[in-house]
Amino acid sequence: MASLTIRNIRKNFGAVEVLKGIDLEARTGEFIALVGPSGCGKSTLLAMIAGLETITSGEIYIGDRLVNAVAPKDRDIAMVFQSYALYPTMTVRENMEFGMQSRGVPKDEQKSAIARVAALLQIEALLHRKPGQLSGGQRQRVAMGRALVRDPLLFLFDEPLSNLDAKLRVDMRTEIKKLHHRVGKTTVYVTHDQIEAMTLASRIAVMHQGEVQQFDEPQVIYDSPANMFVAGFMGSPSMNFIPGEIVSDNGRTAVQVKGVDGPTILPLTASHAARLNGSKQVIFGIRPEHVSRSGIGQKADIATIRAPVEVVEPTGAETMAVMRLGDQEITGRFDPDVAPVMGETITLGFDMSHACLFDPASRRLI
Amino acid sequence: MSVSASTSAATYNSSSNGPPLRDRLAKLVPIFVLVPSIAASFLYVFVFTGWTLYISLSNSTLLPTYGFEGLENYASLWANRRWGIAYTNLFVFSAFYVVCAMAIGLMLALLIDQKIRAESFWRTIFLYPLAVSFIVTGTVWSWLYNPTNGFEFLIRNLGWTDFTFALTTDRKYAIYAIVITGIWQSSGFAMALFLAGLRSVDGDIVKAAQIDGASTFRTYRKVILPSITPIFLAVAVVLLQFSIKTFDLAVALTNSGPGISTTFPATYVYDLMFQRGQIGEGAAASMMILSALAVVLIPYSIYLVWHRRREAGHG
Repeated sequence: MASLTIRNIRKNFGAVEVLKGIDLEARTGEFIALVGPSGCGKSTLLAMIAGLETITSGEIYIGDRLVNAVAPKDRDIAMVFQSYALYPTMTVRENMEFGMQSRGVPKDEQKSAIARVAALLQIEALLHRKPGQLSGGQRQRVAMGRALVRDPLLFLFDEPLSNLDAKLRVDMRTEIKKLHHRVGKTTVYVTHDQIEAMTLASRIAVMHQGEVQQFDEPQVIYDSPANMFVAGFMGSPSMNFIPGEIVSDNGRTAVQVKGVDGPTILPLTASHAARLNGSKQVIFGIRPEHVSRSGIGQKADIATIRAPVEVVEPTGAETMAVMRLGDQEITGRFDPDVAPVMGETITLGFDMSHACLFDPASRRLI
Repeated sequence: MSVSASTSAATYNSSSNGPPLRDRLAKLVPIFVLVPSIAASFLYVFVFTGWTLYISLSNSTLLPTYGFEGLENYASLWANRRWGIAYTNLFVFSAFYVVCAMAIGLMLALLIDQKIRAESFWRTIFLYPLAVSFIVTGTVWSWLYNPTNGFEFLIRNLGWTDFTFALTTDRKYAIYAIVITGIWQSSGFAMALFLAGLRSVDGDIVKAAQIDGASTFRTYRKVILPSITPIFLAVAVVLLQFSIKTFDLAVALTNSGPGISTTFPATYVYDLMFQRGQIGEGAAASMMILSALAVVLIPYSIYLVWHRRREAGHG
């Protein structure tokens, strides 16, 4: 059964169309991440699911009930805001009670719900404090606690971690994942951080310019991005894009790109070649981790190319190197032991089985 | 060239006697700028307050004299029935004026906060009375209260020939005529401050309350209004000190009449000092007004300091 169904949702602010026909569906217990750059409409979509924003056209079902005209309080949802939106004049306990009081939940039920959630989030010691006396991480927990005291059909998270510092963000990410595993509620989670989306979600909807670019499981999105936007947005450092031309090399289909010593031939795998369908010009995409020093950890389907190294950026666990390829820069991810040095020209091996080919006109995956 | 020359000269100077001239000038500029205004404030506030205090303890009559008389003037002031009326009037006026102006101001602010159409139009209309001086307000409203050409005249002409509306001619009720006028003048001001407060509340909090299932009324009562309590306090203090200083409104509207029924401390001070030539007693009355202001403003300043420290403490 689906907990949330979104059909052809559109939203206009005046003449500006911010959502251009969104279709999504969350199965019960699923964790859906809406990810995209700022201005892609993800927060607007979440606000429409919550009922805080009107719907221009389309339908939203929560459970199997059409909620287009249902007030936020009657949608059976709970929401965690980016700013946490804790009531500043109330204590943590009162913050958590407020919703239950508004709904007329009996006193002893309120008590037991707060006790349960406080234990779950380990915030018992904070119950008598006011939000102003809490740290960022504690506020974040309380905001989740306020959502958890109810037993809603749907949890909505609006960039809940973006106000935390980097270290705390990673910790809270793990907490949220654990929490979702324990509570098992359908969740819609908005973020601009693709790593958060990858780590948390059971399915990711990548949004851009008011459209869902791809809606699939994280690994599928990573391995076969639907288009160049998704390929470039998911993964850090981004996928390398190199324009090339399809040629035939000794009877084998290959892509020819500009190299340091003139055109270089990169032979394609059979499955890529089969999908080409007569395309002549392509964009060749390869992720930094599939760029290695030729001759190291050799597998089948390696294409070699020479490139001068321009910048080397060690991060400790791995070393990023920026290399020049014609008028293009490409990034590679190396083991620090075999990392190139600046100024060196090295022979790279591209793992062709993980390469992606895009159509330069439609920018879609071939 | 000349710039570099003077710079090098200044640098040269520095090696012999202290910091370079330019740096010293830079340090002096704030002092040059601030000294006149600080000196003026000191003169007008502290020196004249001290002087007034001294005169209130002297035997001055038409002109200041400096024979020390102790608390004589205060005793005679408090023995005077008119001063009693003035002080009672002040309490009645302050209470009604502050409470009603805040209530009406808050109501207007809440109504305007409902995303109404032509909001700025309404805001301007309600704020306009504040742009009019108390003297003008008082004069215009004195015409309105006047039985021969104001409300009474209008209603009688509409056919209710027995209608009487004579607030300003009744000893008992004339003070309420001033109260009503004061409220008319100041509720727009209260509204503007309240509206600014309502608008400063984080929109997410309101949305959270909406999702929590709180009605609009409950959201205002439990979430929004409690978070703007500092504004309530600020509005109350500003209105209170307006009311303690009330002078022009009473002068223009009723001129302390009928009889002495709408005497205010400030009008009484004027009367003592400039009509009756009792500067000593007038100064004593001024000191009483000052102490009334201090009772309001000093606790408020202490509260502000305490509040700021607490905020800073919690970052």
